[in-house]
Amino acid sequence: MILNLCWNCGQPPEGVHFCGHCGSLQAPVVDYFAYLGLPQKLQIDRQDLERRFYELSRRLHPDRFFRRPERERQLSEDATAWLNDAYRTLKDPVARAEYLLGLHGLDKTEQKSSNVPPELLEEVFELNMALEEIRSGDESARPQIEAARKKFAGMLEDLHGSLETCFAEWDGGGRREALEKIYGLLNRRNYLRNLLREAQGAEP
Amino acid sequence: MSSVFQIDFGDQPQDLIVGIDLGTTNSLVAYMDSVRPRIITDQDGEKIVPSIVGALPNGEIVAGRAALEVLLTVPDRAVYSVKRLMGKGVSDVQDELKLFPYHVAPDSETVIKIELGDRVLTPPEVSAHILKRLKQIAEAHFGQPVTKAVITVPAYFNDAQRQATKDAGRIAGLEVLRLVNEPTAASLAYGLDKRKQGTVAVYDLGGGTFDISILKLHDGIFEVLATNGDTHLGGDDIDNLLIQIALEDLASEWGEDLTKDPVGVQLLRRAVIEAKHRLSTELETSIEFDYRGRQYNRVLERALFNRLIAPIVERTLEPCRQAVEDAKIGVRDIDEVVLVGGSTRIPLIRETVQVMFQKKPHTELNPDEVVALGAAVQAGILSGVQQDMLLLDVTPLSLGIETMGGVVSKLIHRNSTIPASATEAFTTGVDGQKNILIHVVQGEREMAPDCRSLARFDLKDIPPMPAGMARIEVRFLIDANGILSVTAREQRSGKEQSVEVKPSYGLSDQQVEAMIEESIEQAETDFQRRQLAEARVHADEILAATEKAMEHDAWLELSEEERAAVKRASNELRVAYHAEDHLLVRTHIDKLDAATRSLAEQMMDTAVKEALRGKKLSEV
Repeated sequence: MILNLCWNCGQPPEGVHFCGHCGSLQAPVVDYFAYLGLPQKLQIDRQDLERRFYELSRRLHPDRFFRRPERERQLSEDATAWLNDAYRTLKDPVARAEYLLGLHGLDKTEQKSSNVPPELLEEVFELNMALEEIRSGDESARPQIEAARKKFAGMLEDLHGSLETCFAEWDGGGRREALEKIYGLLNRRNYLRNLLREAQGAEP
Repeated sequence: MSSVFQIDFGDQPQDLIVGIDLGTTNSLVAYMDSVRPRIITDQDGEKIVPSIVGALPNGEIVAGRAALEVLLTVPDRAVYSVKRLMGKGVSDVQDELKLFPYHVAPDSETVIKIELGDRVLTPPEVSAHILKRLKQIAEAHFGQPVTKAVITVPAYFNDAQRQATKDAGRIAGLEVLRLVNEPTAASLAYGLDKRKQGTVAVYDLGGGTFDISILKLHDGIFEVLATNGDTHLGGDDIDNLLIQIALEDLASEWGEDLTKDPVGVQLLRRAVIEAKHRLSTELETSIEFDYRGRQYNRVLERALFNRLIAPIVERTLEPCRQAVEDAKIGVRDIDEVVLVGGSTRIPLIRETVQVMFQKKPHTELNPDEVVALGAAVQAGILSGVQQDMLLLDVTPLSLGIETMGGVVSKLIHRNSTIPASATEAFTTGVDGQKNILIHVVQGEREMAPDCRSLARFDLKDIPPMPAGMARIEVRFLIDANGILSVTAREQRSGKEQSVEVKPSYGLSDQQVEAMIEESIEQAETDFQRRQLAEARVHADEILAATEKAMEHDAWLELSEEERAAVKRASNELRVAYHAEDHLLVRTHIDKLDAATRSLAEQMMDTAVKEALRGKKLSEV
């Protein structure tokens, strides 16, 4: 563990944003949830989040540190960038979940969207066939693509429902299985979105 | 723990910071007094400084109203709308260069170089002359030096255009404390009343650029939700349409191709702009152009004008729709619409905005002044006068890096609140590889060549390691000005990695430094020139006075030697007059002054005697 000491007074800062002893601004060292004073939960009250963001912005923004020494101005820029990145991530449910997964070692970059989920194999095969036909000028596959688009859109909607259930499951018990389910769902979501985009792209 | 610690500025003196609207057509400077922002006027009481820079016959560079004179008499010695060239390469601006009377020097690929009189200036240097003029006006107002400023830029300006604006400030001797987006600045001025809450759309159509910003106002916080625009769309385009029509008319009516005549084109441009302005209040007007004894008069009805400009107005709508979508709101969620920029005086634009947003737009604030006023408010926020307000702006364009096959990997998405950062890890592909080249681009397209190239960063001196072992974390930070900086760290050694930046467009730091020095030297030369001109005026006066005095009775009352001394001194002054040295001229003025002293006394005596003649002593 890295011992984190206040750059100004040399004591452990005992505060997330400012040193509890000398009051000076600290470099951001905690995750997005902690920085906004929130537990690592996936169901978030948007209004509460916004209120926290505004309140911290008022205290951390470079405009407030304008007449302070260079070092503090730099810290304020880093702190505000961290706050802004945190707010942007947590405000979006999918980005929020992906971030939490990352904190638990389930990195988004390791998801392979090229792996077709087995239950979708047939649909993907049919869609590709139909897309091929359209590309070669055969319009008869048009209704098939429209049907596929509708189907994928419906699946995506169902998936969002499942995601919400899993969010509640994680928030209720903090069990790793819930995170792994979310991981699988997000993987599938990426895949579905790509399919949907392809089907939409073929529309006249 | 409380916030008392960081906002206690009580004992420090407040900085003098001005707010500057550096516009395509006009510029203004403002400041924040204890209650409200105010525009600073020049010695003639004028608020608006035309964004024009010109070279006088003696080589002196002038900006503002004096340069407008130059533009209308010797157009190729004046530069206008230079904002359109900021942060651009010559290939970006071929179309406008055809219309400008000024010439571009060769070697303008990464920075445009403009020939102005006997000098070659880059757009930041030209803008710096406008800024210096504004600085001068502010200094005259305050009676003290002004060195700090907040400058506004179009929200849709990219990194290079922002950097160019900052460079202009530095060259002008101004520390640019913050670049603020124009529509956001306008919202600051508009929403100064802290009770204002809700969602506001700011539609800003100026001389050369269009911006749309959507903001959420909440307890003094101005949060930009989304912005969009076109840095190549504005009143200039309308002027060019009208000029084109008039030129065609003239070709058939006068049988003359005026395009070859820069003075004619500039005067026609003025005539067209005046007609455009009149059409905002009248339903019908005419373009009136008298030139070299010939008259051109063309009736222009608003209906026809509307048809002409419809495509330009139409081009503003897609950015509006995109901004509403990006803000993740609906048009109905927008509570108020604010109009900014001179072009929003055009009735068709007001109508179009009203239809688009389903609201009657606000027009209480002067669209020419509101941006400068907002810049002054931001200056007030920085100096601590306005502590309860805070502006949270966004970056208008996504930032990405070029990856394999030219595909862009986006690191910071458009409309992210700034400062914003992203960290990306890079590794080597070959054993012992010493450097990694990173190409940073800005834009929304998938492929790098379709985006705007910002810079190439060379990560150098990577410790020798087998391929794939090095792990270099690169941090991209867009600061509160919307300007990118890059830092890199090799993870294994923890060593801060040196990053060499090659900006794709714009000036390097060394070039800016050189320009600052040159501008100081030029200021010295300009100062010398002015001194010389003033000394010569003075010399003319004293020589003329001396000659006149020689015809006076008093001349004959001088001794022979005195007369000889006066003649010698005036001859010497005539010789010194042509030397390019104002001190020499001054010295000889002083000598002639000394030599003519007794002559002057004699004349005074004579004058007194004249005046008293025939009067009794008691009457004096």
